[in-house]
Amino acid sequence: MTKFIIILLSAVFVNNYVLSRFLGICPFLGVSKKLDSATGMSLAVIFVMLMATAATWPIQTFLLDPNGLGYLQTIVFILVIAALVQLVEIVLKRYIPSLHQSLGVYLPLITTNCAVLGVTILNITESYTFLESMVNSLGSGLGFFLAMVMFSGVRSKIEGADIPESFKGLPVTLVAASITSLSFLGFGGVVENMFPV
Amino acid sequence: MNQLNNFSKGIIKENPVLVLVLGTCPTLATSTSVINALGMGAAATVVLLCSNIVISALRKIIPDKVRIPCYIVLIAGFVTMVQMLVKAFAPALDASLGIYLPLIVVNCIILGRAEMFANKNTVLSSAVDALGMGAGFTLALVAMATIREVFGNGTFLGMDIPVLVDNKISILTMAPGGFFVFGILIALVNKFGKHKPKKKDFGCAGCPQAAACGRAGVGCEAKETAEVSAK
Repeated sequence: MTKFIIILLSAVFVNNYVLSRFLGICPFLGVSKKLDSATGMSLAVIFVMLMATAATWPIQTFLLDPNGLGYLQTIVFILVIAALVQLVEIVLKRYIPSLHQSLGVYLPLITTNCAVLGVTILNITESYTFLESMVNSLGSGLGFFLAMVMFSGVRSKIEGADIPESFKGLPVTLVAASITSLSFLGFGGVVENMFPV
Repeated sequence: MNQLNNFSKGIIKENPVLVLVLGTCPTLATSTSVINALGMGAAATVVLLCSNIVISALRKIIPDKVRIPCYIVLIAGFVTMVQMLVKAFAPALDASLGIYLPLIVVNCIILGRAEMFANKNTVLSSAVDALGMGAGFTLALVAMATIREVFGNGTFLGMDIPVLVDNKISILTMAPGGFFVFGILIALVNKFGKHKPKKKDFGCAGCPQAAACGRAGVGCEAKETAEVSAK
């Protein structure tokens, strides 16, 4: 049990996907302008991360590894994720239209989100068990959610600020991201000390 | 002359990282040292070159409706090849690039060039374009890595620099430093760049994150078609 908590907390705070691993920067910079789109995108990412892990972990463990096809990992994973996202979209549209309305726009974007491919590959390289992988994906998704929501708050403050012409737009956003990520450095070592082994 | 233009636009005018702002994830993550930056740049350039050549050669065969999945499979194939080569011949680089090597698959630059350039142009122009874009990507990465390594670690290509090695600003090699240096570099480009090309000129279709690029929701693709039909 402690192991799951450690994995979850490290994924959310210490190794935050956006702010310390630099995965999923495009949506982080692109969609974080408004709180509701930031929330929608993050929820879709959490959802797809869990689904993708649930699909790719068994494929790697029961299909690729026993047959010595480990080198096909990248191709198979990206295809599975792309197909899965399409499938999820179709199913949502047919059966849960209300959810599709709020998440639908973001789903196709997620196929090429490096955070999703990243989490599935990392689960394999860290040799997590199936449950640990799921917990790690949940934590990574929650970490993405946290970073997006926090950052959309930061950005709403920048909107009204008086900044030099050449810093307008992306540069000031990146500097703000730098300061946000600075705050996450403070979590380093916290989890290890909370649960001494 | 035309080919020269195809090559040079990737380096300065349409620099994929600093002007088009594509491929931010690997830029931020692998620019901690110059060696990593060169390795990442070379790997991405090889993949970009191969995928551009093959995609432009197949541009009349690939059906339009399923082109994106086709591109992704082709790109993933080349990435796997590069991954195996790096693992075999440069294991140290493989260890330091880690997860970012397979993630070249989802690098917006590569899919972007396939969608924007290779599926409309001849094999030769596409190859030249790939080399230019790859060079631009590598140069931007190396520029960032130089700042971060020299000031953050006091070294260049692993060699100590006399005074700086005792006065290093370690935060630059960590995550916040990456965002910060990248922000400053883009601000410099904005300041000294003669004209900033509008994102529209390259079409948002090039970026897989199109619908998310600020014009969220229906995205700019819908907007673009609306603009075109208005004309």
